[in-house]
Amino acid sequence: MIQATKNYVRFLWRCGRIAFVGDWRYYGWMGILSVFVLLGINAYARQFVHGLIVTGMSDQVSWGVYIANFTFLVGVAAAAAMLVIPVYIYDNKELHDLVIFGELLAVAAILMCLAFVTVDLGRPDRFWHLIPILGKFNFPGSMLSWDVIVLNGYLLLNVHICGYLLYCRYQGKKPSKWFYIPFVFVAIGWAVSIHTVTAFLYVGLGGRPFWNSSIVGPRFLASAFTAGPALIILALQIIRRVTAYRISDQALLTLRNIVQVSMLINVFLLFNEVFKEFYTRTSHVASSSYLFFGLHGYHALVPWIWTAIVFNIVAMFILVLPVSRSLKYLNIACVLAIVGIWIEKGMGLVIPGFIPSPLGEMVEYTPTLNETLVCLGIWAFGFLAYTVFLRMSIPILQGTISKANEGAADQCAFGDREELEARGCNQKWRMDAANAAEAQTGEGHSH
Amino acid sequence: MNRRNFLRTSGVLAAGIAALAASLSPLRELSDFSSAEEFMQKHYKELTPADMEKVLARISREVEKQYGLRPHVKDYKPMDGVEFVYCLNLTRCIGCRKCVHACVAENNQSRDPEIQYIRVLKMPHGSLDMEKGDHNYSPDMVPEKGFFYMPVQCQQCKNAPCVKVCPTRATWTEPDGITVIDYDWCIGCRYCEAACPYFARRFNWTKPKIPKERLNLNMSYLGNRPRKQGVMEKCHFCIQRTRAGRYPACLEVCPAGARKFGNILDPESEVSYIMRNKRVFIQLKEELGTSPRFFYYFDV
Repeated sequence: MIQATKNYVRFLWRCGRIAFVGDWRYYGWMGILSVFVLLGINAYARQFVHGLIVTGMSDQVSWGVYIANFTFLVGVAAAAAMLVIPVYIYDNKELHDLVIFGELLAVAAILMCLAFVTVDLGRPDRFWHLIPILGKFNFPGSMLSWDVIVLNGYLLLNVHICGYLLYCRYQGKKPSKWFYIPFVFVAIGWAVSIHTVTAFLYVGLGGRPFWNSSIVGPRFLASAFTAGPALIILALQIIRRVTAYRISDQALLTLRNIVQVSMLINVFLLFNEVFKEFYTRTSHVASSSYLFFGLHGYHALVPWIWTAIVFNIVAMFILVLPVSRSLKYLNIACVLAIVGIWIEKGMGLVIPGFIPSPLGEMVEYTPTLNETLVCLGIWAFGFLAYTVFLRMSIPILQGTISKANEGAADQCAFGDREELEARGCNQKWRMDAANAAEAQTGEGHSH
Repeated sequence: MNRRNFLRTSGVLAAGIAALAASLSPLRELSDFSSAEEFMQKHYKELTPADMEKVLARISREVEKQYGLRPHVKDYKPMDGVEFVYCLNLTRCIGCRKCVHACVAENNQSRDPEIQYIRVLKMPHGSLDMEKGDHNYSPDMVPEKGFFYMPVQCQQCKNAPCVKVCPTRATWTEPDGITVIDYDWCIGCRYCEAACPYFARRFNWTKPKIPKERLNLNMSYLGNRPRKQGVMEKCHFCIQRTRAGRYPACLEVCPAGARKFGNILDPESEVSYIMRNKRVFIQLKEELGTSPRFFYYFDV
């Protein structure tokens, strides 16, 4: 028991240490991200002292970029499950290890979600009021209480699955199916639930006809399953470039299929929404009119939504055509899809729900500099977290860090240039690559 | 680890800590942070009478410390057999907005930025479409020909969406029909503000500022005691007045006699008479199923 704990602590310690080791590109990247995180912390400290008046929000538009980013990122987190489905349901061995990268992305995304929700609270010091029994938890009445449960549950699920698989790989042990397969299947269903519950936050408000529509839930899922895998496609190519980890093009093309279908559904649902709003033209159309065409002289969101629609439609065409089998065009489509959906979910969904106000008042919203710095800080924190997760998990998956080479054998993983050369290691990354290539061709994947 | 590594690591660590401390420097200006007592305080519904006494004493102390004046803070309980209802006569309302300002004077709202619970809409004849309403009218004289005026405040709904969505149950409906907020329990998520179909709820975007000569010292726990930064507030039918048998401030100040308030469970009350005898009365956005306790009627 004690030995097991000691082993685990040693494992965590090695993971922690390697997060601080890398080449100049790594330090540069982490350095820039840290700067943005610090700027974000500074901006948030200002907000904590002076209140949310430092943002651009008002009583009329009482949710802004914080909740917009939160909504987008819940979708990204849910989409990590999309990688899991082909692997476990269709038994696609090619994607097995990539599942871990997808789930680590989900963890980073959920951490960002929790951060965005916390910075939006007027009294974050009172968060304990949300804890059941200790505080007063309005479950099952309030959809926000459901969201608290499903988001934290999803975080724990993914941390468990990734942690267990990585620790087993570290120990050189075959993971026991009972400790992860059931959790994986739960995670698939749970992923759909986190985004449905988030959609229901908006759908359940009768006083906001723009949101109170059955299409919001399906649209959320369709756009999440477009943007999420698109992000993963881009992330995997970066991993391929920066580390020696081998990722086949086939994996990327499988993900492309997911993005393709989801984007088609997403655009179809958009078409449905636009028809329903503008063909019937009831007075409930006000928010849509404001968004697409401007209303009563206010038109701040019009350029944004049309840009998003153009991006989405162009991305859809690129994805559907065989030209997107080439990575260059696939990447363009992914970037367009991610940006288009980010705009749609944020500026295209959250803000127009508040304009006009329930009493017909037109008040627009623009985020302030302070608000933007907080957002950038949280995004940087998310990238930082994901980079650290990858920095820890890739050597484990490659076998560079394992129980077998504990102790004396961390020769080429740590130390500065002189020490490494003294030990006969050239460049840390090259050594990792050589080891990894050997490990992969030598034994093959065992799962 | 050799000396160079040690120095390098400690240098980096020190620089990191210094950078973090620098980024947190605005926190030095933090003054009004909640005391341990306030932080641990239970929800209103779980406070025993002894707890409540301590809480009221704390509030009293805080007000005295901030404004130099001693208030009278009480926890008014609902009266038995009472359900409050508000009736507003649209034939009489002249749009003078005296109700808006009387409310602010009575309920210790922040004056900078100024929070107003009541919003008066100038509506064109023949339409109840609020998109056609003007919130910012300011002519020399009211009422203006061809328009009528509709003041909107919290409708104290029987089926309140704000109560349904609050994740911490910081807002709820009391037995006498008033939707109240426990200002010491609210976490400021503003979900209730998104849910309300009547734009009735207000948020304290910053620390409220009340000039001390304007402070109303007759305070109640659930009503008009001064609020803090980061919590919600709204019309509570002047709970410190109505639970003591008086009228809300908006009604008392109305020069046109457009406002009527009382106990709907009492068949002899003014509001019961109105509901029995006026042919047309409206609940705003009735189709949403909120079932407001606020009725607009005309003199026919």
